Amino acid sequence: MDKMPKWADVVLIPLISLLLAAVLSALVILGIGEDPVAAVNLMVSGALGSTYGWGYTLYYATNFLFTGLAVSVAFHARLFNIGGEGQAMLGGLGVAIMCLYIDWPHWSLALIFASLGAALFGAAWASIPAYLQAKRGSHIVITTIMFNFIAAAVLNYVLVNLMRPEGSMDPATARFPETVHLPSLHEILAPIGIEFSKAAPANVSFIVALVACVAVWLLIWRTKLGYEIRAYGNSEHGALYAGISPVKITIIAMLISGGLAGMMATNNVMGEAERLVLNSTEGAGFIGIAVALMGRSHPFGVFLAAILFGFLYQGGAELALWTSIPRELIVVIQALVILFTGALDNMVRSPLEKLFLAMRREKA
Amino acid sequence: MDFLTLIQVLDSTVRLATPLLLACLAGLFSERAGIFDIGLEGKMLMAAFFSAAIAATTGNVWYGLLAGIASSLALSGLHGLASITFRGNQLISGVAINFLAAGMTVLIAQDWFQQGGRTPSLISGGRFEPITLPFADAIEPVPFIGPIYSELLSGHSILVYLAFLAVPATAWILFGTRFGLRLRAVGENPAAVDTAGVSVVGLRYAAVMICGLLCGIAGAYLATALQAGFVKDMTAGRGFIALAALIFAKWRPWHALGACLLFGLLQAVALRFQNIELGTIVIPVQFMDALPYILTVVILAGFVGKAIPPKAGGEPYVKER
Repeated sequence: MDKMPKWADVVLIPLISLLLAAVLSALVILGIGEDPVAAVNLMVSGALGSTYGWGYTLYYATNFLFTGLAVSVAFHARLFNIGGEGQAMLGGLGVAIMCLYIDWPHWSLALIFASLGAALFGAAWASIPAYLQAKRGSHIVITTIMFNFIAAAVLNYVLVNLMRPEGSMDPATARFPETVHLPSLHEILAPIGIEFSKAAPANVSFIVALVACVAVWLLIWRTKLGYEIRAYGNSEHGALYAGISPVKITIIAMLISGGLAGMMATNNVMGEAERLVLNSTEGAGFIGIAVALMGRSHPFGVFLAAILFGFLYQGGAELALWTSIPRELIVVIQALVILFTGALDNMVRSPLEKLFLAMRREKA
Repeated sequence: MDFLTLIQVLDSTVRLATPLLLACLAGLFSERAGIFDIGLEGKMLMAAFFSAAIAATTGNVWYGLLAGIASSLALSGLHGLASITFRGNQLISGVAINFLAAGMTVLIAQDWFQQGGRTPSLISGGRFEPITLPFADAIEPVPFIGPIYSELLSGHSILVYLAFLAVPATAWILFGTRFGLRLRAVGENPAAVDTAGVSVVGLRYAAVMICGLLCGIAGAYLATALQAGFVKDMTAGRGFIALAALIFAKWRPWHALGACLLFGLLQAVALRFQNIELGTIVIPVQFMDALPYILTVVILAGFVGKAIPPKAGGEPYVKER
């Protein structure tokens, strides 16, 4: 018998954790001498009050959707992939190579192949830690952390020494050609009569991210592979007994995870910057951890959490612009969300479980 | 490369290895007791900020050191609460602590000093000054020994000497005392320790707090001795290099000294030479930056001597009923 109803596990606990994180964040804002209510108002109007705000919110959310899904898939196999940041950096390299060295007749073709390139590079970067975990027992958390730093060094080397255009001092690639420009939401929505901000960077890869959400849901809950991944994540021994190979599941789950993280580059590199720069990921790989934890590793939860973090990111930028609250407030909120929904989960869960058990006893 | 350059590089190796060593020993205590800690970076960063902030406002570096240690201990307490009391995921807790420190330091720095997330530069009194060992000036003209003594061994701040003394101290505590034996046991087989009537929770909290103390000193060293003040994200991944060194040393104190000196040397060489030309081959500076991480992955992979962590590491202890 379950200790508490499913709705409590899926909805109530995340909400309480989120509330705790929000209360503490408000206290932090009070602590630095600002008004939390005014701050929230400014964030809401800045991030959701205009199509410009929405354009940025959805742009950030696209990044977090990919990295959140990446962390989630690994979580289902009970693997903690901290390396989304590095995998997304390498994904950027894949996108840049596809966009710069091949002449594409149309952006749609370019997007398909850039996505493949990004996924391939991201998966490749995840494959070594995956192999080491599966075959040599090296802890995946430590190796993926190390691979984040190695990825930064690799990208730095490639941008400074190999892909930097002649005569440029900036460690970045040349601009991608005009033909691979991805349509922004403005360009997509204008023909059907919806006015959307021209300046905002949200683009067609948001739709790709939504497709990825559905695909991950299908994979995890509607395929044999997904079943094997979940079985392995729930009980390694049980899975082994059922004839599921731990080596195969570890490697496949990490390849999918790395591929999803890499695909983030279609949004930030191809959709927004339209060239590869240093630190193009801006920590989105790590936010994926918070998004996956909050979304309980379910694609729909990840979707909601990604939108929330997109809102926080854009709202935080507005705060930094109009008040003396620095952007780092978002990093604090992100930390509190990870803390309460991840590490301190039992702090909320145990009292609730006791409460539900007591209620059930009374009924009986 | 002439002799003097070599001495200078080694001197800078010692300076750069010190924070790594302190953080590495910090992680050693925690992980030997079965508590994984990937929040070394965050604790160092928090301590770096508070030590610099208090040293800047009081003008006394010792108050700064205490404030740094206190702030690092607070984060350790949080890690203990999450991973020992509430039996949460230690890795996730570590990630949260790193972000908490990265955000809070800038937020508070901006609120207190309005200098874009940094503290004012520390002037004399607010920093740990170099200590000149006895007779350093007298011995300096002597060839060979002179520069080694006066440049390499003398002229560091007190925290550097403290860090190096912490190595035999750690080795003695872990392998020469009853507390150390129990601490190691709790990382390998907590149930046995519990059966013997010793508190698993108490031991693990003790280990996590020692970890906080050492991380606090490491952070204070960064902001008040190596540099003069706090700047945003000044730990720059050192907590993770320390973690790498810990694995490289396979959780042993003297080996940790070796690993930290090696990684310190890599940093010193990368700082001084940028790209290194070896005849026809040029080693890019990015390779030097990545080398500690690459070496750690190789060690973890077990191709060169397998690194086996403490057996109960990362597992919350649930008492049987």
